[in-house]
Amino acid sequence: MTELTAERPIDPARVDEPPAGPAAAVILAAGIGVFALGIVTTLSEASTGFADALNWKDSVGPLSGKTIVSSLVFVAAWGALTAYWRRANPALRPIVLTAVVLIALGLVGTFPTFFQIFE
Amino acid sequence: MHLSYREWWTLVHGMILGTTFLLAFSGGLAGLYSLRTELVTAEGLQERVRRIKVGTTVMAITAWLTVITGSWIVYPWYRAKSPDSAKSILLASPNTADWHNFGMEWKEHVAWIAPILATTAAALTVYYGAALARNRYLRNLVIWFFIGAFVTAGAAGLLGALITKSAPVH
Repeated sequence: MTELTAERPIDPARVDEPPAGPAAAVILAAGIGVFALGIVTTLSEASTGFADALNWKDSVGPLSGKTIVSSLVFVAAWGALTAYWRRANPALRPIVLTAVVLIALGLVGTFPTFFQIFE
Repeated sequence: MHLSYREWWTLVHGMILGTTFLLAFSGGLAGLYSLRTELVTAEGLQERVRRIKVGTTVMAITAWLTVITGSWIVYPWYRAKSPDSAKSILLASPNTADWHNFGMEWKEHVAWIAPILATTAAALTVYYGAALARNRYLRNLVIWFFIGAFVTAGAAGLLGALITKSAPVH
């Protein structure tokens, strides 16, 4: 039988459901990854120095750094949170809510009408 | 009938990968929506779950390939400094400048949200498998990540099609 670090009672009807930790990890990592994309997009617009620092390939411009940074943040957060929550069974709802807020903020950060305010 | 090297890549980016993404989304969404214990037999459930795992994984891989080819292969041609590049042509007229200033500026960023959300949907599907049929909350969660991936990819794809119509990459 799988050993669970339960933070909530296990519903007997769902005993064959795996622990929520790895699922929580990828959900929160998605929120963090999208939020990171919004942040680097807006900062890149606000600061030419920051945009230049993200210009890792001339033909692509700052988009090269923005996309690599946000993708790496997503993968790193996924890995770290999975290691942390591997056997845990955290309540999913607050984690999903946090991820949704981060995704919404990240989406706003990628919207030109928003980030061009900081030009 | 002739397609240049660049036109081939725009075709791969927009049509081939885009169509595969759309097909994987349609199949995956239908499969996930009807993945309920009351609607499928035990044998049917195993087959359905296997198909959904493949569909969501294909969608995630396709989403990554689409944004990588778009940003790292096609986009440099779009934004080249030469006066005949698509970006230069759009910015040369106030009537078309917003296709770049809003359209392309949003497309190049929002598109990268799609693979993150599609990967999350695929990871949840692979991890939970048949448990998704019994747990409506988890199933809906996967569906919403799936739809989020489709909407962000769809916004980017639609803008890409409209921008290409105004100033194609040759």
